[in-house]
Order: sequence, then C-alpha cells, then structure tokens
Amino acid sequence: MNIEDLENEKNEGIENMPLQERRKFLQMGLAVTGVFLGGSVLSLTSASHASSQINPDLDIPVEGQYPYPKHYSMVMRQNRCIDCERCIEACKQTNHVPDAHGAYRTAIQERLTTENGVEKREFRPVLCNHCNRPPCVRVCPTKATYKDPETGIVVMDYKKCIGCKTCMAACPYNARYFNEEKYAIDKCNFCIDTRLAEGKKETACAAACPTGARIFGDLKDKSTEIYRLLHTPDTKIWVLRPDTGALPNVFYMNA
Amino acid sequence: MTNKSISAIFAETAEPRLATPGMNKATIFFLIVTVVGLSCGVLAFIFGHHVIYNNTREMPWGMLISTYAFWAITSTGLCIYAAMSHVFGGTRMGIISNRMVWMSIICIMGAFATIGVEIASPHRMLIYNILSPNPTSNIWWMGTLYGLAVGCMIIEFAGIVTGLARVALILGVFGAIAEVLANSCLGGVFATLPARPYWYGAQLPIYFLTAAFLSGAAATILFNVLAYKIRGEQMSHAVHLGVKSAGKAMTLVLILYTVATFWRLVSFYVGGPELGRTAADALISGPLSINFWVVEVCVGLLIPFMLIILSRLENVGMMAIAGFLVLVGQFVARYDLVVAGQIVPQNLGWDGLPSYFSYIPSIFEFGVIAGGIGVVAFGFLMGERVFGKTFTQKEHH
Repeated sequence: MNIEDLENEKNEGIENMPLQERRKFLQMGLAVTGVFLGGSVLSLTSASHASSQINPDLDIPVEGQYPYPKHYSMVMRQNRCIDCERCIEACKQTNHVPDAHGAYRTAIQERLTTENGVEKREFRPVLCNHCNRPPCVRVCPTKATYKDPETGIVVMDYKKCIGCKTCMAACPYNARYFNEEKYAIDKCNFCIDTRLAEGKKETACAAACPTGARIFGDLKDKSTEIYRLLHTPDTKIWVLRPDTGALPNVFYMNA
Repeated sequence: MTNKSISAIFAETAEPRLATPGMNKATIFFLIVTVVGLSCGVLAFIFGHHVIYNNTREMPWGMLISTYAFWAITSTGLCIYAAMSHVFGGTRMGIISNRMVWMSIICIMGAFATIGVEIASPHRMLIYNILSPNPTSNIWWMGTLYGLAVGCMIIEFAGIVTGLARVALILGVFGAIAEVLANSCLGGVFATLPARPYWYGAQLPIYFLTAAFLSGAAATILFNVLAYKIRGEQMSHAVHLGVKSAGKAMTLVLILYTVATFWRLVSFYVGGPELGRTAADALISGPLSINFWVVEVCVGLLIPFMLIILSRLENVGMMAIAGFLVLVGQFVARYDLVVAGQIVPQNLGWDGLPSYFSYIPSIFEFGVIAGGIGVVAFGFLMGERVFGKTFTQKEHH
C-alpha cells in the first residue's frame, strides 16, 4: 500500500479499537520507555537496566525482567508530608548519622507556593534515589560505591572510599555527605544493613512516618503497596531531575 | 652511563655559578613556603578535612581542586610543546625543551602536592586504585594516566641528563600521550556530570586541552625568561627564537581560548537547563563577576594579548609579563569553573535558598595554594642549579 492510498483511508478512530488492542499498545509504549507501571508516568523509567555487570544481555526490561532479584524503591506521597521530621530522626538513630552540620541521609525540603491565590506550604522528603544509572557509581575511582547486585540499592564500601568527593559532585540529588566518623562519604542505603538485613520490611524513615508519606518496598512484588500505588491508573507520578538521565527509583505522587 | 658516577653526572649538568647568595635565599624562601604551605594541608589529616577546608556538602570541591587542575593543565601544556619540539622538531622550542620537560614534571608535582592534601584518604587511594579499579571513572583514569605520565617524564629526563637520547625520545612521546589523555580525562571528570549543567557537555575536555596549550606556552615563556634573568645573561639568538615561538603559540591559543570561552558562555543563554544559566550568570553579573571580567578576561586574556602585540614578539620581558598574566588568568579561570559548577543549589526554589551558595576558601586552603606555588618555584630554582647546563647544553652544540 502506498502513502496516497493510506491518506485516502478513513480514520478508524480509537473508540472502536478493542480494549485488548489498546492495552497492548500501552504496554508496548511502557516497555519501550523502560517503564511497566500502569499510572500516568512522567519521564521515569524505573526498571531500565543500568548495571550491565549484573546481566550484560539484559535489554529494556519488562515485567519479570528487572535488573535485580529485588527492586527496592520508594514512593513519596508528597502531599502527606507534614514536616514532623520523625523520618530524619529515625534515620539518624538507626544509621548512626553523626550530629554534624550537613550530615544527613534524608531531609525534608519546603517551599511556599500559591495555589488559586492561596499561599500554601509544600514539603518534599528527599533521600538517595538509588538510580538505575547512578552517576555516583560510575565516577567512583575505587568502586567504593556500587549497586548491590541483590537489591539494586546503591551502597558504600567505606574502607575503599578515598574521599575524592566526585560522587558528591556527580549526584543530582545532593544525597551524599562526608561522614567525619567514618572518614568516608556516606549516604542512604535504604537501611540495608540496619533493618533489611534483620528481616524488616521497611526503612527506618518509612516506618517512622506517621502519615504514610513514605512507602518503601520491592517493586517486583505485586503484593506490595508500592506496586499497587505505582500501578494505580490515572495517578500522576514524577521523579526529581529526570533530565539528568539517572533513572531514579524514588517516585513522587500526591495520593 | 654506567661508567659515570652520579656525582660525575651532576658535575656535568649543574650550574654552580647560580649558587649565589641571592639564589640561595630565594631557594630557601620557597622551600619554607612549600613546607609551611603544605603543612596547612597536613593539618587537615590531624583535625579533619571538613574542619580545615571550607568545602561543604553542597560544594564539595573548592580552590584546591581548581588549583590542582591549573597545575595539571600547565604541566600538560609544557609536556606537549616539549614533545612536539623534541620529537618532531615542529617548532623552534626544541632548544628549550629540556627545561620544559623538567618544569612539566615540577608542575605536576605541584598538582599532586595540592590534591594529595585535598583527598581525605590518599592511603586508601594507593591501595584501592590498584585493587579495585573502576574503568568507568574519569578520576581513576586521570590519576592513573598522570601517574604514568610523570613516570615516563622522569625516565625521559633521566635519559636527557645521562645522554640516553633514544630513551628520552621514546619516553617523551609516551609521556606526552599520557599527559594529553590525562588532561582529557580531567576535563571529562567535569564534562560527564549531567547533574552539573555548567560543566556537562562535550566542549569541556577540548576546552581543557586548549587551556593546556595556553598555560603551557605562557609557562614556557615565563620560565625561560626567568632562567636567563637569574643568570644575569642575555638569551642566545636560538633561545630567543624558541621563546618567540612559544609567544606565537600563546597568541594563537589566546584567540582560540577566547573564542571557546565566548561560545561556552553564550550557549547557556540560548536555552538549556536553568541551573547552567544561573551558573553562567554568576560569572557574568554574579558573585564571580569580578573574577571573570577583571582577572579572567582583562588580566588573563586582553592585557596579555595587547602586550604580545606591543612586544612584537621581540621584547621578551614584555612577553614574560604577558605569560605571567595568562597564568594568573588561567588560575582564576579554573577557580571560577570549579566554583560555578556547584555554586547554584541543585534544589533551587526550595528551602528558601539563595541563588548562590557562599564559598570563601579557608586560610588553610590559601596556605596549600602557596605551598603548591612553593613547590613549583623551588623546583624551578633547583632545576636551574642542578641541571642548568642540561637546559642550555643544546645552545653549545
């Protein structure tokens, strides 16, 4: 069929398209962007393979083909954050974050916005985004920071850290700080050593949050709340600084 | 070579007439500057890097990184010109290339001294750069290649001193290749960080190489003029031609570097991320604007350009001043580049943050900078005294 013939064809419209066909099309789009989440996803690609050391043959992953055996992520239900800072305190206690200026693994940012003429205070919890293409991991000269092959969590091997601070410069999220006690760079590791290793299912910050603003879990496990949230149709989901191409694993929504 | 004792070699290379009281005083002065300056850096290992230096979580890199880059870039430039003239005979700088090789080694030593006290745990670097290398890391490649380059250049210089011309030639080529690659990786350290739009982009590694050609030519002129100044001698015609050749190179690269700087800054105003534009604003009209317009542009580019024209590439004194001003401009340009890349908060718009963070280097950072200058000045003077004849030997052939 040549192009002229195509032009003469009548538009079938999508209203007559079978539901199955529409789903297939949507699935294809999501697979191509590396996302397999049912919500309305803005510029995020949670499961795109980044660490070829795990499986070099892995191409764009779809459901069932995530790069890591577990795929830990966090959803921030941003509008639920009330800036009580219990998450920050719980993190400090659990992960022995020094009481020093600029030393924190997680924080809450705030700003004043105006919505329909009414001034509104907005809070935004932040922490390491455990990116799938982590700039910090790429730049580290000694592999002192790396993607945990089991969980995809970006972790530190403190003894290898030379303190060049390139990872700090590379991180789009200001998620790293110099830990003067360890004399190495430190960061959020989703409590992999302090809670997950003990069989706990949540990070300290998520467990401490009284409003359920922070939802932590394994994206591969369909029974988790994080899976449900990220697959709820018509949910607007966004990530921070998608332009850097880091493919973060912390997702934001108002829900 | 094997028949010659070390003292016999030094007897042939040394320039004892430079052991004047004035020279002795200057040498001791710079040695003291080196020791005192670098002691500021040693304090960081005692009291903590986070205490001694004014770097923060938001601005992890400061003047020590920029000064490291400055010396490393200058070293690359010196090494490239030396290799080009030494090996290919492409310029008239061949006659002064021995001194350039020496000064390239000295400048990289200045760079290593500066970064050695900046890095929090250099002992871990020595171990894990070898045991746990990361081939995707620009820092790893840069460190390894600069290490390789300095190794090659030291052997090259030993070849020059002992008369093993072939060794010197081959290692000179390898050293220059390693220096260029290392310089490129240094540019890549900044250029491959999408989180920092002011650095991110393909231009930066080429910009760094251009800066190397600029600083290298400037340093060539300056050190050669100084070498004859301390001897109280007129340059021979051949050396004069060599310095002139460096002057020509500097003029050409001044133009290239100015063009590159212009388009680099323009590119931030035609679109792209806001962070990049705000960072460029820091130079154009913000907290780095005096550094940029007065030092980088006027002192480092325009005045040297005018001096070079006025000197008509004949007046070497004027050319030396131009070379010195270029180096001052390049020093500040590296500072501005490193600082501007981090000065804009990544979460601008939140937490009531100002458009720019405030960073003023600590007194200890200034101390380390002085220490680095001390290393280079001391190395220069010692080089002239211990290897002075090697630097001038080609004149007598």
